[in-house]
Amino acid sequence: MYLYSLTLQRATGVVCAVNGSFTLELLRPDEAGRIQILHSVEVFGAIRSLAQFRLTGSQKDYLVVGSDSGRLVILEYNVAAARFDKVHQETFGKSGCRRIVPGEYLAVDPKGRAVMVAACEKQKLVYVLNRDAAARLTISSPLEAHKSHVICYSVTGIDCGFDNPIFAAVELDYSEADLDPTGQAAADAQKHLTFYELDLGLNHVSRKWSEPVDNGANLLVTVPGGGDGPGGVLVCAENFVIYKNQGHPDVRAVIPRRDDLPAERGVLVVSAATHRQKSLFFFLLQTEYGDIFKVTLDHEGGERVKELKIKYFDTIPVTSAMCVLRTGFLFAASEFGNHALYQFQSIGDGPDVEASSTTLMETEEGFQPVFFQPRPLKNLLRIDQVESLMPIMDMKVTNLFEEETPQVFTLCGRGPRSSLRILRPGLAISEMAVSQLPGTPSAVWTVKKNVNDEFDAYIVVSFTNATLVLSIGETVEEVSDSGFLDTTPSLAVSLLGEDSLMQVHPNGIRHIREDGRINEWKTPGKKTIVKVGSNRQQVVIALSGGELIYFEMDITGQLMEVEKHEMPGDVACLDIAPVPEGRQRSRFLAVGSYDNTIRILSLDPDDCMQILSVQSVSSPPESLLLLEVKASTGGEDGADHPASVFLNAGLQNGVLFRTVVDMVTGQLSDTRSRFLGLKPPKLFSAMVRGRQAMLCLSSRPWLGYIHQGRFLLTPLSYETLEYASSFSSDQCAEGVVAVAGEALRVFTIERLGETFNETVIPLRYTPRKFVLVPKKKHLVIIESDQGAFTAQEREENKKVFFEATGIGENGTANNGDQMENGGGDNDEEKDPLSDEQYGYPKAVSDKWVSCIRVLDPRTGETTSILELQDNEAAFSVCTVNFHDKEHGTLLAVGTAKGLQFLPRKSLIGGFIHIYRFIDDGKGLELLHKTQVDGVPLALCQFQGRLLAGIGPECENKLFPNTIMSIHTYRDRIYVGDIQESFHYCKYRRDENQLYVFADDSVPRWLTAAHHIDFDTVAGADKFGNIFFARLPQDVSDEIEEDPTGGKIKWEQGKLNGAPNKVEEIVQFHIGDVVTCLQKASLIPGGGECLIYGTVMGSLGAMLPFTSREDVDFFSHLEMDHMAYRSAYFPVKDVIDGDLCEQFPSLTPDLQRKIADELDRTPGEILKKLEDIRNKII
Amino acid sequence: MQASDRFNINSQLEHLQAKYVGTGHADLNRFEWAVNIQRDSYASYIGHYPILGYFALAENESIGRERYNFMQKMLLPCGLPPEREED
Repeated sequence: MYLYSLTLQRATGVVCAVNGSFTLELLRPDEAGRIQILHSVEVFGAIRSLAQFRLTGSQKDYLVVGSDSGRLVILEYNVAAARFDKVHQETFGKSGCRRIVPGEYLAVDPKGRAVMVAACEKQKLVYVLNRDAAARLTISSPLEAHKSHVICYSVTGIDCGFDNPIFAAVELDYSEADLDPTGQAAADAQKHLTFYELDLGLNHVSRKWSEPVDNGANLLVTVPGGGDGPGGVLVCAENFVIYKNQGHPDVRAVIPRRDDLPAERGVLVVSAATHRQKSLFFFLLQTEYGDIFKVTLDHEGGERVKELKIKYFDTIPVTSAMCVLRTGFLFAASEFGNHALYQFQSIGDGPDVEASSTTLMETEEGFQPVFFQPRPLKNLLRIDQVESLMPIMDMKVTNLFEEETPQVFTLCGRGPRSSLRILRPGLAISEMAVSQLPGTPSAVWTVKKNVNDEFDAYIVVSFTNATLVLSIGETVEEVSDSGFLDTTPSLAVSLLGEDSLMQVHPNGIRHIREDGRINEWKTPGKKTIVKVGSNRQQVVIALSGGELIYFEMDITGQLMEVEKHEMPGDVACLDIAPVPEGRQRSRFLAVGSYDNTIRILSLDPDDCMQILSVQSVSSPPESLLLLEVKASTGGEDGADHPASVFLNAGLQNGVLFRTVVDMVTGQLSDTRSRFLGLKPPKLFSAMVRGRQAMLCLSSRPWLGYIHQGRFLLTPLSYETLEYASSFSSDQCAEGVVAVAGEALRVFTIERLGETFNETVIPLRYTPRKFVLVPKKKHLVIIESDQGAFTAQEREENKKVFFEATGIGENGTANNGDQMENGGGDNDEEKDPLSDEQYGYPKAVSDKWVSCIRVLDPRTGETTSILELQDNEAAFSVCTVNFHDKEHGTLLAVGTAKGLQFLPRKSLIGGFIHIYRFIDDGKGLELLHKTQVDGVPLALCQFQGRLLAGIGPECENKLFPNTIMSIHTYRDRIYVGDIQESFHYCKYRRDENQLYVFADDSVPRWLTAAHHIDFDTVAGADKFGNIFFARLPQDVSDEIEEDPTGGKIKWEQGKLNGAPNKVEEIVQFHIGDVVTCLQKASLIPGGGECLIYGTVMGSLGAMLPFTSREDVDFFSHLEMDHMAYRSAYFPVKDVIDGDLCEQFPSLTPDLQRKIADELDRTPGEILKKLEDIRNKII
Repeated sequence: MQASDRFNINSQLEHLQAKYVGTGHADLNRFEWAVNIQRDSYASYIGHYPILGYFALAENESIGRERYNFMQKMLLPCGLPPEREED
């Protein structure tokens, strides 16, 4: 089996983020306050750290990347080509995330003169950055600052103006602790803050200064210096923030704690951002609970620090990185869930400071803690968010709603930010207006009054016997003074020349001049106009019977008949491309006929109406569109690529046919086709980000547009539309107006470039698993959280709090619904302290909360929710039909009571609950509860019985560790062990016994498993690999033929394992922890692929190849691409589609070179890539 | 070091052991071996952000806290060292 692996939805979790002027940020907030992802690159590696720097006097920032490649890479953002250019790449060590290979930490000198790259242990390298005569960035060879047996916690560059660059590091020496059996040395182990000085004169790094620092230290933040401030660093430690500098006494303040925090827990700063202005600077430090504190330093003229003040700022979901933008925004990259952009409302200037170094109280038990209460956002205002699926906990692909394509149901997020997200392939749209019309419209157009107008002036709607004209202003209303004929249906309405309007109706052409004069052209005889194609200068009409008449605007603005042409039969459709800039006319006319052909005719005066080329197609064309595609390859501006014209044809069999038109000869080449839907696609031109794009209306609408230099054809998640036109008004710059049924709809298309759009249904706790109840179309979701309070307890605590503080008085008398709000079920806007924003209060770590929820996905309504009592938490769920069939389909839920992981895994007891569905599947009723010894992590129905994987046993003790998955097929049971990969079992009914007949020889730490076929299972392990395990055919046959089913052999045993071994037939490194696998097809008629979802929130698919030829082609295209995908096991039989899809972004020369090596043209390769993508989605 | 010593297997090993932390030797005891493995594992968890995220989910902690915990555990990953046998 050969597979093609393709990431469908990129990982949405942010590992690290920096902001800077790469002439602009990569996440750029636009004027409307929306965040736009400017650029993303797949690196085929693991990025661990990022830092940006700027050379003195320069305007542009560079980006340094620390990764698992054993290299230091410096990138520059190339605005013109919209891509990162690699400036330097310095190899310093082995690849892989290793303990002593640098890459984990990066620090840059604030003046951009040096960069330090450090490892978790021992190694630190410093590179000197400089500029050569041509102002290009240069980099030195590395200078070592290694120290053995030293663990490094954090590194930062000290701001010391233009003195020698200094880097600070928090270090811990473990050499003595490893040798002292009494534990004294370990207890005495002390973290140190060490300054490393780079002597630019001597080109040498030395340890300049080292002083003990609080043992909880975990993060360093640079304090502005060199005239702007006192310099030095803030050391963030558990519970404290300490200012330290060489020759300066420590200034320490305690980080305020939430009142309700258990005493055993510390407060750790997890992310930090610095805001610098000319005269002022402050730091925003975020704790692990989401609270942001503003830290300010009182200093005397940039010398001595007198006081360190910590003031509570606001609370936002815990971030992995925060960036303060100069424009007054804060970008918060959340650890889990959606990222957000906040606008500063104020900077928290009040004098009421929670903690300060001057009020620090030291008692016998240590420093006195300071408490505070979180409050609603005061200083920040959220203005936009970036959707993130991270983490995907479980996923199922199914067509529950009976739509054209299946939906992907994912459980995402954790704790209070958990959600069920229903993903549909396609772009999201936002509906601006829907209005009912009198009758069923057949077509709609928008038209400007003048070519220089920014917005459209009229919406013209055609009915079977009339035309309705609506003018666009403050409101949209019907008008009768537009000059359009309203007693006839219309065939086309458009702007002609500079400022005149044209209406084509079956009996003629009405040309409305700017001054109100009307010229009418009537059809000869009894003929009627059937089809029209036009642009601003040219009009071609087709009369019944197949006659074509060509008009052109002359200099006086008159529409003049130029040429006639008789076609062999009736014309099915025609189109003229827009007039190219700087030209008089467009050269080509495309005509589709009912004899399954499309002809390209010339409109040049020399050979007017000559047929240039003919293309036969599989079915009569319904609609044609000539689309100029700039930058089909390469950079976003497409500067170095000539535009090419594509002829698009919607055929009556639902296929969209695309072919390239040669700009000179009109010859057609390089055809591609794609099935869009059951209705013949109608094609319309639209504008997307200022460029021409294509709307295709079949049984669902599609959009063809250019995104990041690539042409994409993506479905829109919207209902079937009849006719559409682009729409532009001051409320909506790039919209679409469309008719469907009796309604006129205006909408805009959002989040371009994404593969899926999502519907979000919030949940209460971290979702673990879910099942579909197929008959009732309900979902049953189990949710559980460790170390949290139940909804009731939180409710009571809040009440107490509100009564105590009196917040409840001012307009928040909704205490009654707090429980629901707490669950995030209703709009949390009203809730003064929504858990979604503030996180659940922490309880002691062995306290669990959990619930079982029945949800109707169509309405998003929870029909029943059972909160488990007594510290029980649900971990597995399945539906089961027992032998006796007394209750029909039942629900089995595996739970654990009082589960503890640390210091040692322990529990009070495990249970299996059996529930019956009541109220037509909307509710649950407990039938009984069975106690078991361990945690039932896996449940599965098998031949009318329930199989439960409970710790290392499954009715008998065959399995090495903990069972995490069970699948069954016919009489086989496929068991996944958490640490020891798969075991294939059989069940002997007569002896009521299970035995293992095959297992895997590789110790896989399984995180997800899915059954593929009788002999094969797919699995994913903790280290980010996907593999397929298959029982060899002969062994499988032997077992099936053996009357004992291989039991005798099993009894004899073999080296403590099963007698047979499965083979791993596929290996692939995803680089992300895969949490769920499913075999499914995402498009009707598409190939079945293996779909996976990951912790970082990406979705991907692996498609089996159907022909050997394709395998050869793609493996040659992929060339030597091994290292990353073989990070743990050598990659086997998988083509990295993400790599292949980089082909279009290569330079044309390189593309041609690669294509030559494959004996193909670049066009063929692009087509092949498009084809295989279309098979998946 | 003399020129001839450079090719001596022992000096080469010593060089490797000095350069690459964790390179084993003939007298490596069980504890030293385990400590090494554990430190490598923690460093690997810290380096792979998705794995940190996976642990953070399991323990319901923030990723920042998980990273800190793993760093802290690198001090004594396998508990106290055994008493040295006097020989």
